[in-house]
Amino acid sequence: MSFINYSSREINCKIVYYGPGLCGKTTNLQHIYQKTNPGVKGKMISLATETERTLFFDFLPLALGEIRGFKTRFHLYTVPGQVFYDASRKLILKGVDGVVFVADSQIERMEANVESLDNLKVNLREQGYALDKVPYVVQYNKRDLPNAAPLEELQRLLNPLAAPEYESCATTGEGVFETLKATAKGVLADLKKMGA
Amino acid sequence: MMESQLVMQQEDFDQVLAVIQKLVRDANSKGVFVVDKAGQLVGEAGELQGIDSTSLASLTAGCVAATSGLAKIVGEEEFPIHFHQGQRDNLHMTLVGDRMILVVVFDERSSLGLVRLRVKKAGAELAKVFEEVRKKAESEMHSASPFAEITDDDIDNLFND
Repeated sequence: MSFINYSSREINCKIVYYGPGLCGKTTNLQHIYQKTNPGVKGKMISLATETERTLFFDFLPLALGEIRGFKTRFHLYTVPGQVFYDASRKLILKGVDGVVFVADSQIERMEANVESLDNLKVNLREQGYALDKVPYVVQYNKRDLPNAAPLEELQRLLNPLAAPEYESCATTGEGVFETLKATAKGVLADLKKMGA
Repeated sequence: MMESQLVMQQEDFDQVLAVIQKLVRDANSKGVFVVDKAGQLVGEAGELQGIDSTSLASLTAGCVAATSGLAKIVGEEEFPIHFHQGQRDNLHMTLVGDRMILVVVFDERSSLGLVRLRVKKAGAELAKVFEEVRKKAESEMHSASPFAEITDDDIDNLFND
């Protein structure tokens, strides 16, 4: 649910990074945080445990620039990936405008990917959304690892609807901005449709 | 049910601002913030200029959402009032209507009783304003959306820097 403020001429949108535990959602946000100009980004918040596992969410506000005189701000959130934090995941999806599904390419994590994607569908449905209606991008992360599954296998299991998809290595930043851009574009295109 | 987009015109914003500026004075508070449940900052007033209000908004929504989850576990629909007491500053959060949160920051110059009393009235006024905003959005169906006209080039230009 985007927020358009005519007074400050701002538009705010919410993008949520979803995916199984340790797939690299927080690493995506950290890379974006490190590589953006100080003027563009706000403070990054990580509500994490002592072992740096996401407990509630990470949050990074970004101001991308202006469209038709409106400042365009994106609020990026990650969910905690571990299975038992489902209550938190549901809360963070509230008011979402776009979703990135970060998949862990390692062959051993295939089941966790599928489980997380199913969980995303269920939790979106509870909020009245459907995955094929929300701007949605799939990121195949950790492509650099030797035990990465073949791309076709990941596509078949995780992206049957052929949403925009990107291969990435979030630790080096490869594919991170491409994913963000595609999602932001999807969100803005959706706004355009709603306004048409 | 999926929430509709929140669109605030200048006059809506002015009304919100008038209510929260009055609340700052009446409650003797340091600052007042209006945040929506998805974590967007809608308005702010008071002497807390320069505070990281974007983070405040996001964390407020997270806090309220988590507490609301707790409420359901113990059989309550919602905990509509939250109070956090600090050494110097305190936070008072109240739910306004079904999608807004009113946050008041205050110190020893005020008291919990006074804040509660003033928030009750201001909350009711804000609820009315947001109800009007919702009705207006439904009736106008985004007829004046600035985004109907955006082109793919506009979107691409955002990413050229």
